[in-house]
Amino acid sequence: MSLQALKVPKWGLSMEEGAVVEWHVAEGAEVGVGDELLEVETSKIANAVESPVAGRVVRIVAQPGETLAVGGLLAVIAQAGASPDAAEIDAFVADFQASFVPGGDDEGAGSSGPQTLEIDGARISYLTAGGGEATPLVLVHGFGGDANNWLFNLTELAVSRPVFALDLPGHGASTKAVGEGSVAALAEALLGFLAALKLPRVHLAGHSLGGAVALEATRRAPERVASLALLAPAGLGERINGGYLQGFIAAQSRRDMKPVLAQLFCDQALVSRDMIEDILKYKRLDGVTEALETLSAGIFPAGRQAAALRGVLEDPARPVLVIWGREDAIASPADADGLPAHVRVEVLDSVGHMPHMEAAGQVNRLLQEHLG
Amino acid sequence: MTFSESQLLDAYRRMRTIRDFEERIHTENTTGDIPGFVHLYAGQEAIATGVCIHLSEKDYIGSTHRGHGHCIAKLCDVKGMMKEIFGKQGGLCAGKGGSMHIADLSQGMLGANAIVGGNPPLAVGAALTAKTKKTRHCAVSFTGDGGSNQGTTFEAMNLAVVLQLPVLFMIENNGYGEGTGADYAVGSKDIAGRAAGFGMPAVRVDGTDFFAVAEAAGEAIERARNGGGPSAIEAVAMRFYGHYEGDPQSYRSAEELKRIREDSDCLRIFRARVTAEGMLREAQLDAIDAEVAELIDEAVAEARAADYPPVSELTTDVYVSY
Amino acid sequence: MAKKTIREAINEALRQEMARDPDIIIIGEDVSGGAGGSGEEDAYGGVMGVTKGLIGEFGRERVIDTPISESAIMGAAAGAATTGLRPVAELMFVDFVGVCFDQIMNQAAKFRYMFGGKARTPMVLRTMIGAGFRAAAQHSQSLYHLFTAVPGLKCVMPSNAYDAKGLMIQAIRDDDPVIFFEHKALYDIADEVPDEAYTIPFGEANFTREGDDVTIVAFSRMVHIANEVADKLAREGVSVEVLDPRTSSPLDSDSILESVEKTGRLVIVDESAARCGLAGDIAGMVAQEGFEFLRGPIRQVTVPHTPVPFAPTLEDAYIPSPAKVEAAVRQLLDSKRRRMSA
Repeated sequence: MSLQALKVPKWGLSMEEGAVVEWHVAEGAEVGVGDELLEVETSKIANAVESPVAGRVVRIVAQPGETLAVGGLLAVIAQAGASPDAAEIDAFVADFQASFVPGGDDEGAGSSGPQTLEIDGARISYLTAGGGEATPLVLVHGFGGDANNWLFNLTELAVSRPVFALDLPGHGASTKAVGEGSVAALAEALLGFLAALKLPRVHLAGHSLGGAVALEATRRAPERVASLALLAPAGLGERINGGYLQGFIAAQSRRDMKPVLAQLFCDQALVSRDMIEDILKYKRLDGVTEALETLSAGIFPAGRQAAALRGVLEDPARPVLVIWGREDAIASPADADGLPAHVRVEVLDSVGHMPHMEAAGQVNRLLQEHLG
Repeated sequence: MTFSESQLLDAYRRMRTIRDFEERIHTENTTGDIPGFVHLYAGQEAIATGVCIHLSEKDYIGSTHRGHGHCIAKLCDVKGMMKEIFGKQGGLCAGKGGSMHIADLSQGMLGANAIVGGNPPLAVGAALTAKTKKTRHCAVSFTGDGGSNQGTTFEAMNLAVVLQLPVLFMIENNGYGEGTGADYAVGSKDIAGRAAGFGMPAVRVDGTDFFAVAEAAGEAIERARNGGGPSAIEAVAMRFYGHYEGDPQSYRSAEELKRIREDSDCLRIFRARVTAEGMLREAQLDAIDAEVAELIDEAVAEARAADYPPVSELTTDVYVSY
Repeated sequence: MAKKTIREAINEALRQEMARDPDIIIIGEDVSGGAGGSGEEDAYGGVMGVTKGLIGEFGRERVIDTPISESAIMGAAAGAATTGLRPVAELMFVDFVGVCFDQIMNQAAKFRYMFGGKARTPMVLRTMIGAGFRAAAQHSQSLYHLFTAVPGLKCVMPSNAYDAKGLMIQAIRDDDPVIFFEHKALYDIADEVPDEAYTIPFGEANFTREGDDVTIVAFSRMVHIANEVADKLAREGVSVEVLDPRTSSPLDSDSILESVEKTGRLVIVDESAARCGLAGDIAGMVAQEGFEFLRGPIRQVTVPHTPVPFAPTLEDAYIPSPAKVEAAVRQLLDSKRRRMSA
């Protein structure tokens, strides 16, 4: 089939529809794999939809302002070399629309709902997608985050391997007991998670505090970690934005939380009411404030990072990718200076502390290259 | 039921304090310095005292618009009460309640209550706490003959019987609900009998006789603490003053007022009996009289000297948090 | 996370809190049902089944069936609350407040202020509101405006199951008397509700729809009507913001003003009353605090100034309908167009 449908992607479990914000290409444009074709906005966040194939955009179906269900037809792309006539394209569109059932088929979503494990009596919740024999990838979120932070990455990365994204203790739907609240305790929880899932060896990707957790897990069990990807990681320097941490812990209302979350992004317009509401829903759970206070006191005492883990990166046999936003207001990309030569460092322009959300396509490509 | 010397001295001190407090308010009120209106308890001292000597600060009482006597019998701070009645800072309710709302939860005083029939359901609630927490504490609802006609009182009595709660309904029949006689307004004429109809032990006693009240109340409170459920006592004693200060009392005769003072003064009756039977000596009682007089003088002087609450207090303490 | 109905969410909140705190009791008419009868215990579990199963778990000492004595129930709850319990009292239908308002308005609400800040009265009064069930004038009112007018009370009216659980737990843990209004028509509304306990702070509005053209403020069941209208108009390109204050006391005036500043147009949908109701209250607040934001008159879509009628034709006409809300929104938008063409 020379014609390919460009469909509304499913970003995260709760997404049901998306609105077209604007097209970056016009009908007739030649596009390559990964080219950003348009912006789609959900109630939570806006993101670019990339071309899945190389070819030519022969029909733009959804116009700016239109809201479509997940899986709905955005455009038709003729694969490279094909030159369909208008009637063929019309027929393709008609066929698609006739058979499309909104919500009927989570095509491409890959991930089912959250799963739960009991590890030593403590509940750990996680998302998983993909399968196969390749070494699995485990995604570790940051302070105050959860598995859903990887909404733009989980299924995309699952094309070539099984991917798991867990909620660390104190976070998401996992236990709110965080013990002493140290990076070591979280790393033990991560290793316990790998053991419970019988994953002898994995790629680890950690964001922010999750980066430090991945580093510490690697230090403790180097044989289990095939590679490391660190996104705006903690653990490589001393500085951290203590005001952000305290603000995040203290904020109980939408109005208080909005300026706190805005610090995470270069493009502060990405902070939607739904994003804030999701964070508040998490923060309202019994035990969360105490967990965050314990973690903050244990991991970032007096607004400095307690764990120094640069030494973990010295083994040249383990590939390491570090991704940082140049506009990161929480942890400084300067912490990536002076790392060993085998460490690949990518600093992304116009990106803040959340590169996997703010530059999801770029980050996904870098991760795919890194994972091989 | 026998009372020790110290119990009797304690009872006399409470009764004397109530009497002096009320008579002093009667005088002070004529200066115009007491805001609002006050209802005096003089004449009924033996009732509040006969009940409250059986209670600790962990036992709760609900009171009425005529609540000064209940507060004093329940050992609320007299100086704090006086400041409250003058609407001053340092009053038991910070000057926000006044005469009709004096409360001191730390003394188990759930509040004077300006809604006639307002407190019986509340006292039932305090008794529910005691029963649920199995504390052996109890609650007493003081209500008048007027309040005994309110539906809230009937509901509270029935619920207390149904749930077998440790509560005593203390009905003070002082003959008048405002300006209307109880003989007219209480259909059955027998408030105790009406309470008994709800299924609880109920007796009628002479409310000018401390010993009669204390004996009946002691029995009821003991029963409540032991899980025996609610009781009611109708205690009869006339008030010396009007419904409110300034009440011309044209609904009762001058002769009746004179007779009450002469024949139904519970303090005089108490003093005569304890001295005649050798339980207490005149000198002991005189000493208490002097101490109480001094306390009331101080209370009035301090209340007069105290400041009114600042306007910044207008909007505080509406909620615990808002 | 599982989908739960409002009925299940409130039941779960009560169960989790009662397990956590032995001072919490439930008291009311038929909260279990069957006491003194020849049949089974927990026959009702509340007339709507909201408290079903709790007596089995916590016993008759903590799930207390009462006689039909609303004054005694409310007063007992208030008295118990000031002396150390955290009662959740049920007033079966809010209409019955007529026989017991003293214990709520003059007693529970006023203790703290009247006693100089020394009293705490942590009671929750659960009660049912709402028309639409052919229950006529004495079982159908939405009298939350009466309680909202009383200083000392907090008033909560959840529109969805997530809010119902979080607001109920907050209500139980709150140290002030809280009136919790449950709409009859919403008990079977289901949404995602965490299994864990959580609290939603009072005075924090929820934006159920985001939009730029018109703001609709709505409470309880009316939120669903507002959402329906917003979704319909969105298909025409009209962008409607729907704001559910969740609590009328405290009221999140800041969020209402923030939204009106953006949209310039305000419709308030309110089932409480045509006069001196929540719609009039909010309209007054916005007129005073945000007049310069307004690009047209404030529209109030309320019930008429009548009792709730019985006959289906009449009752259907009584309740604010999507059509009436839509018409109010269109009127506001039309007035804009007229002004622009003038």
